[in-house]
Amino acid sequence: MSDTEIIKEFLIESYENLDRLDQELIALEKDAANRETLASVFRTIHTIKGTSGFLAFNQLEAVTHLGENLLARLRDGQLVLTSEITTALLSMVDAVRQILGNIETTGQEGKRNDQELIDTLTRLLQNQVGNISAAAFSETGPPPRGLPKAPTELSNVPFSEDKANADDAAAAIARPNAGEPRRVEGVLVEHGTDSSPEGGATINGPHPPHGQSASESTIRVDVGQLDRLMNGMSELVLLRNQIVQYSNSTDDSELQGTSQRLNLLTTELQEGVMKTRMQPIGNIWSKFPRTVRDVALTCGKQVRIEMEGKETELDKTIIEAIKDPLTHLVRNAVDHGIESPETRRAAGKSPEGLLFLRAFHEGGQVNIEISDDGSGLDFEKIRNKAIQKALVSADQAARMTEREITNLIFLPGFSTAEKVTNVSGRGVGMDVVRTNIEKIGGTVDVQSRPARGSTVRMKIPLTLAIIPALIVHTGGDRYAIPQVSLLELVRLEGEQACNGVELVNGAPVHRLRGKLLPLVYLKRELKTEAANSPVSNQPQLDFSLARDQHRQWVEKIRQVMNGKLTMAAGEAGSHEKCELGKWIHSIGSGQLSKLSDTHLLEDSHRKLHQSILRVLTLKQEGNAAQASQEFAALELHSETITQLLAGVEMHAQDRESVNIVVLRADDRQFGLVVDEINDTEEIVVKPLSKQLKIINTYAGATIMGDGKVALILDVMGLAQRASVISEVRDRALVEKGNDDALGADKLGKHSAVLLFQYGESGRMAVDLALVARLEEFSRADVEFAGHQEVVQYRGQIMPLIRVSELLGGPRINSAQNNHESLQVVVYAQKGRSVGLVVDRILDIVEESLVMQSHTGRKGTLGSAVIQKRVTDILDVPGLIATAEQRQLLEANA
Amino acid sequence: MTDTQQFCTFFLKEQFFGVPVQRVQEVIRYQEMTRVPLVPPEIRGLINLRGQIVMALDLRRRFEMEERPGSQLPMNVVVRTEDGAVSFLVDEIGDVLEAREENFEPPPETLHGKARELVRGVYKLQDRLMLVLDPERAIAGTETGRGEN
Repeated sequence: MSDTEIIKEFLIESYENLDRLDQELIALEKDAANRETLASVFRTIHTIKGTSGFLAFNQLEAVTHLGENLLARLRDGQLVLTSEITTALLSMVDAVRQILGNIETTGQEGKRNDQELIDTLTRLLQNQVGNISAAAFSETGPPPRGLPKAPTELSNVPFSEDKANADDAAAAIARPNAGEPRRVEGVLVEHGTDSSPEGGATINGPHPPHGQSASESTIRVDVGQLDRLMNGMSELVLLRNQIVQYSNSTDDSELQGTSQRLNLLTTELQEGVMKTRMQPIGNIWSKFPRTVRDVALTCGKQVRIEMEGKETELDKTIIEAIKDPLTHLVRNAVDHGIESPETRRAAGKSPEGLLFLRAFHEGGQVNIEISDDGSGLDFEKIRNKAIQKALVSADQAARMTEREITNLIFLPGFSTAEKVTNVSGRGVGMDVVRTNIEKIGGTVDVQSRPARGSTVRMKIPLTLAIIPALIVHTGGDRYAIPQVSLLELVRLEGEQACNGVELVNGAPVHRLRGKLLPLVYLKRELKTEAANSPVSNQPQLDFSLARDQHRQWVEKIRQVMNGKLTMAAGEAGSHEKCELGKWIHSIGSGQLSKLSDTHLLEDSHRKLHQSILRVLTLKQEGNAAQASQEFAALELHSETITQLLAGVEMHAQDRESVNIVVLRADDRQFGLVVDEINDTEEIVVKPLSKQLKIINTYAGATIMGDGKVALILDVMGLAQRASVISEVRDRALVEKGNDDALGADKLGKHSAVLLFQYGESGRMAVDLALVARLEEFSRADVEFAGHQEVVQYRGQIMPLIRVSELLGGPRINSAQNNHESLQVVVYAQKGRSVGLVVDRILDIVEESLVMQSHTGRKGTLGSAVIQKRVTDILDVPGLIATAEQRQLLEANA
Repeated sequence: MTDTQQFCTFFLKEQFFGVPVQRVQEVIRYQEMTRVPLVPPEIRGLINLRGQIVMALDLRRRFEMEERPGSQLPMNVVVRTEDGAVSFLVDEIGDVLEAREENFEPPPETLHGKARELVRGVYKLQDRLMLVLDPERAIAGTETGRGEN
């Protein structure tokens, strides 16, 4: 083994140990008497120190040597672990990590100044236990047991077992209140004999790394190697799909048997290969106790972290992708979620906050939850912040549900932190979290209850390479929809197919259990409607027209029978030339041609025409008796035709069934209408070339069982493309916007109002919810449309209404007005903006408004006391109506 | 001493074209394609090249030539690019030719339209002219998302 290889080995192993060390030190701080953990910490540091001396990394050796001495004293009971010592030890771990980093990148330790750390460690070392408190130890734990053992014994401790032991113990200890007390006991009993402390005489001697003894049960494999294995596996899955599909289309029973075995074996192998890439989520969680401790210390909070399901496994690439988002969420929860000990005590909670991490498998996905028992989201604060940052208009914000408000925190540039700390509040964060999670096909969701805390819930796919997907057909093409976004499948048949889809202002919707589900027609979105699919080429079948025509014909013949009409035999026409005949012929060439009813219909129609011909001939010949006999047969045929028509119509409607795939995108649901819904399949995701990626409708492509390529739909992109997300929101606004009394309703409650001045000293308020924006226009921007003052605003022409004029103030001439700019309150109504020109914007206040009286004054809703002054409340819709009337009058004058 | 370069040649409506042979991964007969809605029309679809998904670009459409007659199936010239392989759909495949550097000339003034944009230059061969296709430019023009509206 060359030197570089030894160093590489040393680095990998040390990093692993360091990660564990953080966790163990935190555990130790909580339970200083735990000899198990202490011994493990000691061993880790000892190993690093030993190897660094062996490899001549002197700085590393110096730092770890002091740390080891300190730990030895702790273990021997000569020192008691204090918060200060923990901090010093953690700093030592950080220093070690930095030095290792330097070694990894440059091969050298690098120039460092660890004097301060060394001083601290030395000072702590000198504080003998006698000086502090000998009693403290006996209070918290058993006296030290035995003397250190010989160094040889250390190397005999099996590495893997050693590690498991430390992990389990640390985990069990880290969550003393999380239940499972049995497990703690179990660990201690089972591994009790292993806990013999080592060290003492070995401290100064170089020592071979532990790694060698681990080789018995585990090997290290290069990730690249695993990636190649996974790629090969993906290809194999594709081939399997193709062979299985082929064998199903043949009668070769031997091939079928073989392919069946291949199928099973591939599935097994796939699971196995995927497992090699699986890592327990605990690998990233193990860093969180340290993170939480650091953040909590900085914020002056007390936080306990509990974990459940840390053994839940995820693909390595996914583990890496969720690491940063998770860390962010954990920091966020401590910084924002959990309150300070005082606040908590005041609220009747335990001063120590709880951060709870949970992971579990569900429906082929991994769910990860991060909960805190803090104050929960402050909906009002979020609402106001979003308005302040102009992420939503006041109008929109006022109408949002709590759930919608919760989703605001995922908008870019959003942060409610009062002040920017180094922990959070820099406005990047939740949007990045969501983006990163969605990038790997996951979803994020926040639930919050005031004073009870919040929970962030993530759903993450197990792996990225092979995903379950629903296969659909549309316009003759096949598409795959990742199952992650799939909620349910709805099929509307027969009458439902016609009535189930309704139009809201031109937008198709379906009532799904009483709620409106916006529908997106995949064919329309992909603009493949004109494709040469057999269905779209069908002429529209109009069954009522067919029935009418048929009835008219029979009626005509009846009149001929009654002598009211004469008709030559030649006029009867052939069954091929008559309208109904042509019509039947048209369905005969189409999709309904395979129906037996269609053939019977054609047959009956031909017989009908033969009857007509006979009736007319007999009539012409004057043979009335035979003619009426023949007419009875004709009527019989007619009846058959009517019945058959109904039958064909039913089938036709069956064909016209609507298949809806209910999907979820960005917490909104929409129904994707496709021609045909097929099966779900395991597909291998292949990336698209750059040229195709720019269209965000496709998430990738895959190869299907028949060897052909199918596109994977990007549900988010599709929803954006179809503007499902904004459309739904707009519709909600339109629906609510119809209620013009809204402004008045709101004012009984606690609400935000905008105060402005009109005229010289007039004071008025307008519900902030009605205000879209505040703008300032230069006088030069004002143009005229007829008599109406207007400005160009966001590509629209916005009429301006001078509030003081309308409220009976003096009419100010443009020339007299010496204001350089106009203060305009923009009011948006049903997609139209109106600008209210006020003289000065005073303030935005949040007060509980009690309407005192209605003065009956034009343009006002009444008066209320705001900031201890009687203030009129502006009736915006009323004002606009007044302005419009006035415009009309002026135009007529 | 003269430098020579090898070209994989093909025809597009009687026009003779060449791509440097080291850029060509393989030449295969017509493959069934999966069309990709919403993309520019010259992207004819995706083909499955032994498990590799390759975008097929119709050079006739790219050069704004008239459509290939329906009865004539195009051939695939699969070219390596930085972003994976791309297949050029051409009418017919010619031989692999060796051309001398001294016979190279930049595109003549009379070369109009798309051809001027997509061709690096012309080799004067004994019996005919060979236009050298610039694969990068042929692919690049399709990125602008003209399929979107």
